[in-house]
Amino acid sequence: MSKTKNKYLTLSGLEPLVVTPESNFVNVGERTNVTGSRKFLRLIKEEKYEEALSVARDQVEGGAQIIDVNMDEGMLDGKYAMTTFLNLIASEPDISRVPIMIDSSKWEIIEAGLQVAQGKCVVNSISLKEGEAEFIRQAKLVKRYGAAVIVMAFDETGQADTYQRRIDICKRSYDILVEVVRFAPQDIIFDPNIFPVATGMDEHRLNALDFFKATKWIRENLPYANVSGGVSNVSFSFRGNNTVREAINAAFLYHAIQHGMNLGIVNPTMLEVYDEIDKDLLKHVEDVLFDRSDDATERLLDFAETVKGNKKEDVTKVLEWRNKPLQERITHALVKGLDAFIIEDIEEARQASPKPIDVIEGHLMIGMNVVGDLFGSGKMFLPQVVKSARVMKKAVAYLQPFIEAEKDGKQEFAGKILMATVKGDVHDIGKNIVSVVLGCNNYEIIDLGVMVPPEKIVETAIEENVDIIGLSGLITPSLDEMVYVSKSLEKKKVTIPIIIGGATTSRAHTSVKIAPNYSNTVVHINDASRAVTVVGELLNKNNKVYKEQIREEYNKFREQFLSRTAKKEYVSIADARKNKFAIDWNTSEITKPKQLGIQDFQDFDITKLEAYIDWSPFFRSWDLHGKYPDILTDEVVGEQATDLFKDAQELLKRILDEKLLKAKAVFGLFPANTVNDDDIELEVSPKESLQFLTLRQQSRKAAGKPNIALADFIAPKTTGKQDYMGAFCVSTGFGTAALAKQFEDAHDDYNSIMIKALADRLAEAFAEYLHKEVRTNYWSYAQSENLSNQDLIKENYKGIRPAPGYPACPDHLEKNTIWEVLDVEKRIGVKLTESLAMWPAASVSGYYFGNPEARYFGLGKITEDQVADYAIRRNITLEEAKKWLNPNIAD
Amino acid sequence: MSKIKQILQQHILVLDGAMGTMLQQYNFSEEDFRGERFKDYPSSLKGNNDLLSLTQPEAIATIHAKYFEAGADIVETNTFSGTTIAMADYDMEDLVYELNYESAKIAKTVADKFTKENPNKPRFVAGSIGPTNRTASLSPDVNRPEYRAITFEELRIAYKQQVEALIDGGVDLLLVETIFDTLNAKAALFAIEEVKEVRNIDIPIMVSGTITDASGRTLSGQTVEAFLTSISHVPLLSVGFNCALGAEQLKPYLQRLSDKTDFFTSAHPNAGLPNAFGEYDESPKQMQTYIEAYLQDDLINIIGGCCGTSPEHIKAIAAVASKYKPRKIEVTA
Repeated sequence: MSKTKNKYLTLSGLEPLVVTPESNFVNVGERTNVTGSRKFLRLIKEEKYEEALSVARDQVEGGAQIIDVNMDEGMLDGKYAMTTFLNLIASEPDISRVPIMIDSSKWEIIEAGLQVAQGKCVVNSISLKEGEAEFIRQAKLVKRYGAAVIVMAFDETGQADTYQRRIDICKRSYDILVEVVRFAPQDIIFDPNIFPVATGMDEHRLNALDFFKATKWIRENLPYANVSGGVSNVSFSFRGNNTVREAINAAFLYHAIQHGMNLGIVNPTMLEVYDEIDKDLLKHVEDVLFDRSDDATERLLDFAETVKGNKKEDVTKVLEWRNKPLQERITHALVKGLDAFIIEDIEEARQASPKPIDVIEGHLMIGMNVVGDLFGSGKMFLPQVVKSARVMKKAVAYLQPFIEAEKDGKQEFAGKILMATVKGDVHDIGKNIVSVVLGCNNYEIIDLGVMVPPEKIVETAIEENVDIIGLSGLITPSLDEMVYVSKSLEKKKVTIPIIIGGATTSRAHTSVKIAPNYSNTVVHINDASRAVTVVGELLNKNNKVYKEQIREEYNKFREQFLSRTAKKEYVSIADARKNKFAIDWNTSEITKPKQLGIQDFQDFDITKLEAYIDWSPFFRSWDLHGKYPDILTDEVVGEQATDLFKDAQELLKRILDEKLLKAKAVFGLFPANTVNDDDIELEVSPKESLQFLTLRQQSRKAAGKPNIALADFIAPKTTGKQDYMGAFCVSTGFGTAALAKQFEDAHDDYNSIMIKALADRLAEAFAEYLHKEVRTNYWSYAQSENLSNQDLIKENYKGIRPAPGYPACPDHLEKNTIWEVLDVEKRIGVKLTESLAMWPAASVSGYYFGNPEARYFGLGKITEDQVADYAIRRNITLEEAKKWLNPNIAD
Repeated sequence: MSKIKQILQQHILVLDGAMGTMLQQYNFSEEDFRGERFKDYPSSLKGNNDLLSLTQPEAIATIHAKYFEAGADIVETNTFSGTTIAMADYDMEDLVYELNYESAKIAKTVADKFTKENPNKPRFVAGSIGPTNRTASLSPDVNRPEYRAITFEELRIAYKQQVEALIDGGVDLLLVETIFDTLNAKAALFAIEEVKEVRNIDIPIMVSGTITDASGRTLSGQTVEAFLTSISHVPLLSVGFNCALGAEQLKPYLQRLSDKTDFFTSAHPNAGLPNAFGEYDESPKQMQTYIEAYLQDDLINIIGGCCGTSPEHIKAIAAVASKYKPRKIEVTA
């Protein structure tokens, strides 16, 4: 398969421009030229680059496929102006998508321009004016910089002004370029000089015609070469009569294209559509262009008088988006990076908003989120996002004084943010973008740069008392480094939220590897535009909910992630048993309970329980999240929590004073030993023994970590040591249902829910109280224990009281055994429903393990082999076993 | 016509895989990076992989040998960051010549050994020229969009120094790679052309850009075609893409490139996209399947691997590449 050689002029900005025979005429924008536009000159002189850029943007939006940039003016530092303006264009993707024509009569300005343009430019221009040597030198450099070139029909003796001179000079230039310099012929563009017509001077009568003829000759005789020209020059003598100028320009252009001109510098606003030129005017114009009669010029001049003043209205582009609603305009400006109207739009938004800050958090954030989404889906790319950030900055800067006025005129940053690329990584583009975007939003940035050692991050974070720590990295090892940094911060008890960003970072890595090591919030940010939203949320006064949301979201994500990846990581039940939790039974301290056997409380004094209530879950049951007692003063939910707590106290007082609820309990302590690895044999009476069946963890553990079952906390029968355990059931639910119904009947749903929630709390408190009594009195293995209620809530006691249906023992069937052992229903009246729920609901049942090494754990998922083994031990079918254990069976 | 050009008419040539991934397995410590010579160097040197050519040359040679054993025709020198600009991070600007020279020597020695053993399969060394860590057409400071952290002239000088050292060290070709800002690459090509002219030599040049994301553009915003247009003024041996994307994601861009260029084409994609932990986990077999699709569509003349690829990947790629004819182009030289 052979391909034909591409011999078309091909240029590029961010996008390519291929000039094929099928291309329409390629239009070069001319307004960014200080020699041709007074306005542009003034803007450049006054360094109003933003406005100067909008001139360029207008050109591109108006259809220019290349933009000509010229900074040749005596009062300007041309090199500086060219470099600055082209650098600025490079950060405006909707301008820099088109190629640049670097236009100067000074070689050093051209070279300065070539050094800052990544695309394939056009040099405008070189010529034989200074002789062959200089021509060759410049052409070689143009080639090495990778640009195309405009060659003026100019030689040592001057500008070509006849047909013959034009073709001679072009031919000579072409031969040198192609044969000596080895310049690609398709990259050569000739400018055979467009001169004004109808000047009244005889020697100018052929100006247009000779150009047409020379163009045709070049296209036919100099292979692959192109022809260009500055069109407006042709109508120069009709300055001030735009109707005629536009007609001349249009007609000249039309015919030049017919003769082979394929590029040109044209001001589209100075151009009539050829077909719409008044027929009389057109005839007069074409007579001049083609020199059809001796008096053609005279007749055009006369005719011109009749159309003078018929000035067409300035057809500046109607900015349709300006008619849209406010939010759409702001979003449009942010997405397009247009700042021309942002101030007036923001002012409008400010007046419509209660507080100036609302404009940032509302209108602007909505727009930036759109930017973020577009970027995320590949519909915007980096430079555009950076532009959006600049518009954002401008908007925020405008709002700043208003915001400050509200803050007693004090200049204040919205927060202090530390930014660092972690140790071992030198990539900082993303970090810098985030820094700038945040800087635009009035955050003070402390940028520690790249390869920042963890000690320095910790130290600076503490010293500067920053509000947020931003960690960035691009390479893989940076991920581990970030984990290390988070651990270092935790070690120093730093409680500053961390944001994580960079190409290889991910929410998965952040939630699985970083967040668990850090007590405060860790958020992953996948793009710069999101940074503002996240930081805003984190530094919001009412950030508690957001932080909790993030924590919950990441926890969930982590669990899902780990359960997904843990699939294969199970060991057989046989192997798990080999890796049991090993207690050294020779040295382990076993205390014989002071009082063996079963006891009960039929009407326990409920007032004793108040001190044992853990209130945090109470608030949770009302969807108020936070720890008691802090929750009462929480910024967000504090007020509500306080009200609720007050009502709860009132009802509780009634319950206690009027003894509305009845508390009952039963518990027993028995000799016990582990048999067959996972079962605990309980000597209920000298003649009767029963077995508790425990379940064993099967997930593959790291070296040294055991696969635990509750049975591991009881001495095996084979050791010959007599061990002990207990079981219990407490309830404070007697009377709840009747009370709740009373409230319901009185249409007081609030107290109906309240009484149930309080009964639940009391039941838990009772379990806590009873456990304490067992430890210090009935069993007495921790006689001297002296723990506060907070310690109890934190489970700081020795020994454990796991409950069937909870993580260490998800098997609800065990409740049947407890009921049998303690004769629960008969003694205190708590029943088990068909699905093994306790009735009354405000009840707690479980076991007591007294070994000092016993601890709470989660069973996690188990596999089929254990389920089958369990079914045999339980003497039920495999199906029944599966039904009960289903949530814990690995799939 | 150069030897490699002749071979490229007949065969698809195989480029090596990742150097960094292989070096990671050595788990070199700060002390290993320093070696005896830089024991007391004031800055931290861990992570300066290019330095290992001086402090752990056997490891570098072994990795080159592994890739040749796996079937690579071309290995890249361990000089991705071998410019004064990139080395400034380690205060090692003065070592640039030596790093490039020695890296080239190491690779060339290994290549010569393999060529000697099997003269029917000559092995080549490509001098790796990375993008540096600065961008000439993007501002690192959004508040000053006109600002540039590096100029064309600074880049040209730095690249020239690297190119001269690589050529002195004996590389067979030059590979300007992982181009995310075309202006940087243009400065490198400018420097190469200068060296070629002054020394009156002709050394084949490979150019390999990087499409960074779903926008299908380089970091500096150019489309495939604009990138190609911007670097085609130099007579290149090949043009292609590497890094950032896996073989599967890279294919549409290679297709567009292959359609538009008369140079040979190359690709050295990553072993897939990084997973959540930044690891590249595409298997050799998977990657081979994607690369075979390139071959079936006649897109490629030179094929290898970038981040996350190993000798196993290159072996799999070489195996499938040997079964196909190279992409045909019209050669005028």
